[in-house]
Amino acid sequence: MTTKLFGERVQRREDARLITGQGRFLDDLGANALAAAFVRSPHAHARIRDVDVSAALDVEGLVAIYTWEDLPGLLAEPLPLLIPHPALTHGRTGHALARDIVRHVGEPVVMVVAADRYVAEDACSLIEVDYEILKPVVGVEEAAEAVNLVHADVPGNVGAHLVQEVPSPDGLSAREAIEAAPHTLAFRLDIERSASMPLEGKGVYARWDADDQSLRVYSSTQTSTSVRMAVAAKLGLPLPKVEVVAPDVGGGFGVKIVHPWPEEILVPWAARLLDREVKWTEDRREHFISSAHERAQVHHVRVGFDDDGRVLGLDVNILHDHGAYTPYGIIVPIITSTQLVGPYKIGAYRVEFSSIYTNTVQVTPYRGAGRPQGVFCMERTMDRIAAHLGLDRTEVRTANFIQPGEFPYDQGMTFQDGRPLIYDSGDYPESLRMLKELIGWDSFPAMKAEAAAEGRAIGIGVGCYVEGTGVGPYEGGHVQITSDGRVHVSTGLTSQGQGHETVFAQIAATELGVPIEKVSVVTGDTRRFGYAVGTFASRAAVMSGNAIALACRKVRDKALKVAADALEADPRDLEITDGVVHVAGTPSASIPLATVAVLSNPLRYAFDKETQRATQFAGAQDDDRPPVADGEEPGMEGKDYYSPIRSTFASGMHAAIVETDPLTAEIKILRYVVVHDCGKLINPMIVEGQIHGGVGQGVGGALYEKMVYDEHGQLLNASFMDFLMPYATEVPRIETAHLETPSPLNPLGVKGAGEAGVIPVSAVIAAAIEDAEGITIDRMPISPSDLYSLRAETRLRKIQ
Amino acid sequence: MKPPPFDYHRPAGLGEALQALAEAGSHGKVLAGGQSLIPLLNMRLAAPGHLVDINGLTELATISADASGVRVGALARHAAVERDGSARAVQPLLAQALALVAHPVIRNRGTVVGSLVHADPSAEMPAVLALLGGSVRLARLGGERDVHARDFFVGPLESACLPGEMAVSAFFPALPERSGTAFCEVARRHGDYAVAGVAAAVTLDEDFRIIAARVACVSVGPVPVVVDVTGVCGQRPPASVDWDEVARAVQDRIEPEGDIHATAGYRRHLTGVLVTRALRGAAQDAARSGANDAGEGRA
Repeated sequence: MTTKLFGERVQRREDARLITGQGRFLDDLGANALAAAFVRSPHAHARIRDVDVSAALDVEGLVAIYTWEDLPGLLAEPLPLLIPHPALTHGRTGHALARDIVRHVGEPVVMVVAADRYVAEDACSLIEVDYEILKPVVGVEEAAEAVNLVHADVPGNVGAHLVQEVPSPDGLSAREAIEAAPHTLAFRLDIERSASMPLEGKGVYARWDADDQSLRVYSSTQTSTSVRMAVAAKLGLPLPKVEVVAPDVGGGFGVKIVHPWPEEILVPWAARLLDREVKWTEDRREHFISSAHERAQVHHVRVGFDDDGRVLGLDVNILHDHGAYTPYGIIVPIITSTQLVGPYKIGAYRVEFSSIYTNTVQVTPYRGAGRPQGVFCMERTMDRIAAHLGLDRTEVRTANFIQPGEFPYDQGMTFQDGRPLIYDSGDYPESLRMLKELIGWDSFPAMKAEAAAEGRAIGIGVGCYVEGTGVGPYEGGHVQITSDGRVHVSTGLTSQGQGHETVFAQIAATELGVPIEKVSVVTGDTRRFGYAVGTFASRAAVMSGNAIALACRKVRDKALKVAADALEADPRDLEITDGVVHVAGTPSASIPLATVAVLSNPLRYAFDKETQRATQFAGAQDDDRPPVADGEEPGMEGKDYYSPIRSTFASGMHAAIVETDPLTAEIKILRYVVVHDCGKLINPMIVEGQIHGGVGQGVGGALYEKMVYDEHGQLLNASFMDFLMPYATEVPRIETAHLETPSPLNPLGVKGAGEAGVIPVSAVIAAAIEDAEGITIDRMPISPSDLYSLRAETRLRKIQ
Repeated sequence: MKPPPFDYHRPAGLGEALQALAEAGSHGKVLAGGQSLIPLLNMRLAAPGHLVDINGLTELATISADASGVRVGALARHAAVERDGSARAVQPLLAQALALVAHPVIRNRGTVVGSLVHADPSAEMPAVLALLGGSVRLARLGGERDVHARDFFVGPLESACLPGEMAVSAFFPALPERSGTAFCEVARRHGDYAVAGVAAAVTLDEDFRIIAARVACVSVGPVPVVVDVTGVCGQRPPASVDWDEVARAVQDRIEPEGDIHATAGYRRHLTGVLVTRALRGAAQDAARSGANDAGEGRA
């Protein structure tokens, strides 16, 4: 390989398109499509007594109105429960249109199709739904008391209950180890509800081809292949007659991996039924009340430790607020439970969670997916231990770290992919050393004292995490070199702005020895690649990256073989440089890949001068062999799949210095430092961009974002006016450093980086505020008003 | 998030606009910058039958300043007022406050007069008008009237502008010599409506003692809360004022409420902190202005 692109800061190839308005997002398509709009439940819990559409029928431009009773066959059945689990004994999903009962504000009840969205909404406003209001269940602790039920047939509102227990090396249970420990602490930690909140909401556009009896669906999704299967199944269509394309997608962050959304099957169904193009573009209010949220959990922690701060036993009990339904199973609390232990050797560990239904928007993974909560528990615990023992907070962490020589390290649990939780690689002591140096940990006390002398309060915090990335089961890559020398790469998973067009091209260009300009990349289009899982769990670079590399290696082998024939050389002596195959050391003996592509496809018909070389009278063939040899295929293309035995574990550590205003209680992040290890870096700039975005979202979770439900189950801040996401002005400059411990599990040695930035931010900011204020911080997010109240409570306690 | 149906009017002159508003009566609404009205329409929280778009009435895009004060026309954008040199010279509080109004893209489109008519008690411009004792000129078919700020803000999102009337301009009076102003606020994020905010104006005498001091507080009542603290300050130089006492005097007059962003107690506390900051800032500004005047006098 002479074309060095892997590992370089290659500029993002998609940006020119995306930042000059050339992107094609869902709502940019289907300008002439009919518009769908929905009547959604205004109540958190109610029985539908009657739907009266008569007043809407006169609206000019109305095309159709559908309720649950209109839905045929499988469309009328509950939506799929995507990830069943034995512990999810009472999994429940909603219907595409509500049947009898609505269980959260925003649940779709009626679909209207009309000439345009204005008219569709006018019709919606005239449809009268008669509801019998039922008692709403709001708040996870209230729900756990089960005075009222979300689902009449789910006792206790408990959808799932799971205990994982890992005994200590000498056979003690966590509870025994805690009892026997020299020191114990017990406390409660809370995290509020937030949401993925991509700037582009969901959207679906479908067109039915009556002549071909086929359906094309565009969806703003994180998994086009699986949407395709769901649509084909729900509509009873043969799979080859359904195509699903993810166009440019304006962010996903988890919410768009859930599928099929009601609209994803209703819009194609209506398009086929009406034989008209139909489109639905989610608006912001719909996204707030009818997509998915995450994060809300209550954690009760008990820990036993020795004089050095080594954790001998840890017992965590989690109440997980699952909202009204469980379409994505119990992935979030499973990830919290398993990833909580982070980079540490915990003596004995017991974790128990109950997944509780409430009459609120359903909970599915949002970037980080349960890890921010788990890391908040573990890192707050480390800080409590340090405070209790009077030790430096980094010393306590160091005392518990898994050492570099201990990999693979088996944490003794089952991870979200159903595989053992075995860490493949990492170097946690080195990460911490780098972090302390970058932030100036050891000189901070002097800095703090100096600030205090000026009447300023500053504090420092640190947080560590391990992230299982690149979960299976598989992804594939297809690579084709055409006779013009261009390289066409496709993979089935989708893109939401991560930079796949750039990094997959870097991988292909490096593997094939071609200029990156010759490489084009297509993702998320089932016409190009039918088998895929999707983009989530920081898996695209690991899964599709490796699959594309493997596919490229197949194509390269074939190219060298064809070129070796043409050059009468040994394939082992050949190299590819700048798209030209040549004999190593003899640059004159060469053949362009374009020509190799021509020769690889024996032709009867020439269509240009170049392809004449591959026709039957051009004299290139050996008369004693068939033009396509046994076991060979025409054309210069290759496909391969990557399917790992288990996840690969990235890690990182963050530190922050914050300042709190003694008068206004405003909280300002002065410095934010990240040390990150995602194995081999394909493109450091893109990894840093992912970290920046993740930290930005983490700052949102730490200081701004929460879904505020009132006791009636109404979401009080369902708009960008009142649900506060940080602007650029609220996100500090982020200083990063990379550590590369290559993953031994995959050919490229890479680990995922997509979610990393968001994971420890709440833990780090909480620790820094605690250090600045001397007040225990045990729930996030925290606002200036919250801090003001905490100060007042603390003063009151001191007086008492 | 699409508005319900409405009739759209785009008058070519003020008379035509007032005619349309007169005919629409209580079903009419003026569209200027649209930064508050369009979201209200899209969320179907407002459903006027007639929208009278005044963006063609460029004669209303005026900003005129003289010794008495600054008159801002109904189509003058926040950004234009913020950048207007003569407005800034005559009444610096306009630019001080406008820098805190939302974000540049909103200021490029939104209008000062529109913000006044919208009468959001969390917004900066109503507080500025209230602090300065300015007025709004309301035109209707066949007449017009000037309404003083104290009468203009009636309640949250409610002004004295009646159906058939249109606010054509607002007047922000200048302050006497040796006066200074400041606007301090705390918002959750840069550019958000303030959790609490205080506009202040201070006038000093020749010996640099406070002879007038007023504040207007946002987000702590149904309308901007104006408190004259001249008496509490005493006729003392700023350095000898008991600012805590001044803050308490203002805190006694406000009626903050709790919401999802802040408790009422925090808002009351914060207002006290901001009263002190804003008044001290305004006093410093007044002292600078007095020193400059004196310097110019000597020259």
